[in-house]
Amino acid sequence: MNMIPQTIQTPTTPDILAGKPVKILARNVDIHYGDKHAIKNLSIDIPDRAVSSFIGPSGCGKSTFLRAINRMNDTIPGCRIAGDITLDGQNIYDRAIDVVQLRAKVGMVFQKPNPFPKSVFENVAYGPRIHGLASNKTELEEIVVASLRKAGLFEEVKDRLDHPGTGLSGGQQQRLCIARAIAVNPEVILMDEPCSALDPIATARIEELIDELRQNFCIVIVTHSMQQAARVSQLTAFFHLGTLVEFGDTGKVFTAPRDKRTQDYITGRFG
Amino acid sequence: MALLTLLAIAALVLAGFLAGRQRAVGLRTAGGPSLHSLPAYHGLTTSATALVAAGAAALAAAFVLGASSIAVPFAAAIAGTAAAALAYSRIETNFRARNLFESITLVVLIACSGVAVLTTIGIVLSVLFESLIFFREVSPIAFLTGLQWSPTASPPSFGIVPLLTGTFLITFIAIIVAGPLGLLSAIYMAEYATPRMRGILKPLLEMLAGVPTVVLGFFAALTVAPLVRRAGEQLGLSVASESALAAGLVMGMMIVPLISSLADDIINAVPQSLRDGSYAMGATKSETIKRVVLPAALPGVVSAFMLAISRAVGETMIVVMAAGLAANLSFNPLDAVTTITVQIATLLVGDQEFDSAKTLSAFALGLVLFVFTLALNFIALRIVQKYREQYE
Repeated sequence: MNMIPQTIQTPTTPDILAGKPVKILARNVDIHYGDKHAIKNLSIDIPDRAVSSFIGPSGCGKSTFLRAINRMNDTIPGCRIAGDITLDGQNIYDRAIDVVQLRAKVGMVFQKPNPFPKSVFENVAYGPRIHGLASNKTELEEIVVASLRKAGLFEEVKDRLDHPGTGLSGGQQQRLCIARAIAVNPEVILMDEPCSALDPIATARIEELIDELRQNFCIVIVTHSMQQAARVSQLTAFFHLGTLVEFGDTGKVFTAPRDKRTQDYITGRFG
Repeated sequence: MALLTLLAIAALVLAGFLAGRQRAVGLRTAGGPSLHSLPAYHGLTTSATALVAAGAAALAAAFVLGASSIAVPFAAAIAGTAAAALAYSRIETNFRARNLFESITLVVLIACSGVAVLTTIGIVLSVLFESLIFFREVSPIAFLTGLQWSPTASPPSFGIVPLLTGTFLITFIAIIVAGPLGLLSAIYMAEYATPRMRGILKPLLEMLAGVPTVVLGFFAALTVAPLVRRAGEQLGLSVASESALAAGLVMGMMIVPLISSLADDIINAVPQSLRDGSYAMGATKSETIKRVVLPAALPGVVSAFMLAISRAVGETMIVVMAAGLAANLSFNPLDAVTTITVQIATLLVGDQEFDSAKTLSAFALGLVLFVFTLALNFIALRIVQKYREQYE
């Protein structure tokens, strides 16, 4: 195993990192798509049991880096990655790491809700089934109900668990996807603009949920909405042109950014 | 005369276009009223008018005086010129030539699609009426439930059941062969093959679909049937020299490309977001395919199978050559059997009088076949519609 000392190398350590263990650590990460240099020499520390948000203009590489954390970029031809990303000190690009097990630990919620064309129950039961987490039907039902409860969806769907998941509203579908992700007991949940396809009420519901989930999970969220980043996250990272310009406590990044580019972005001068 | 008529009409169309456009261009004056339509539209309406008038006159003359009459091209030329002159005289700056031409185009498009529809209706009606004549001689109940098919015997018997079982048997064998082969190759092409490999493989498979069925037929009769027979003898089975198995095997190979190509398109249409969702849960590729992609593609795959079945049911040449003509009521794939299409072909080959029950029975068989494939296509279409709603 490639062990990396978990020292924090930012000029000023964000307060949030002082009291929390570091869950994900990246050092000198470079990501290329063919000729495109999507992420340039990125280093970051992401705390456990907190929400970290990635903000920045489109094409700045924030989603690319998010997808590197559970190796979803592996499926994209021509994508190369250099540097180290570790989860609990273990390099996730190490040969010894099974990507299937990594993704069971690092769940993901996508921009557009993507429930499987199966029933609500089967959507949530999908992960526990493939990972053999339940030994019988009762256990499986318990996991499904518990996950739906944690995702704040159970009360709305308890009478139609056998209805297709695709028949739910957009916000419900997204919460179903969150329930599906937490059903396999992950440690990290990555969210790639989870509210960009939702109306403000459904968005508020998801944001509430994210706030509850941070008690138990390390959450990383990519968002285009700076208000959302300010509302839900404790740590904010600002990306620009493939570079991590600044990361720190959300309050500080939004009120007293150290870098001019961050300031220009959050005050709406570009982006 | 036909050539001369065509030349006359072509010349009129060209002259009408040029004259009409020229006149419209001439109407443009500096500071004067502007043209409603571009000059080319004035030319097009003039030549379209000439075409319609000349064509109608030529048809009328040919109908009245005979197609070889010298009057035909003259009638076309005179009527066309008169119509073109009339249209020419109507060209003004505010003449709505573009709107008129677009209406004409619409009528032409409707007429073209009408031809196909009317032809189909005509075929159905002709089959239906001839079948009714047949059913005056043979009762429909005897036809549909009779176990004996021997139209040339005396007295002839027209029981369709052996043909239905033969058709069913061969189609069943073909689907057993083509279903797994087609589906598995589609899964390989859509999910596993590199784009380069897929680019080579798919056209190759589709080339197999382009092999004329008559070639597949003699391949079945001269290569596969003896092979099946020898293999059967090795196992101590008695195999007819023409067997349902040989025909079914080759017919299966014929529909493999159909199934694989359609299923490949359907699997590709499953949104990538569903695959991503599954991978992000820690599912492997095969788990993703088995549990997410295939269930999502299932309705489409089923309709691909339906289309393949209706193709197999309608196939004639392979069965004529490889399965024989004997109308045996048998479910044994090693026996010689025959199908509806083969009987239609054999009933109508050679000189026939068109009022005997034997010949007319072909129309009744055609009707049965038509109803059968129509039902299959209808089911397939319904499934496809349901499939379309799936991810929306």
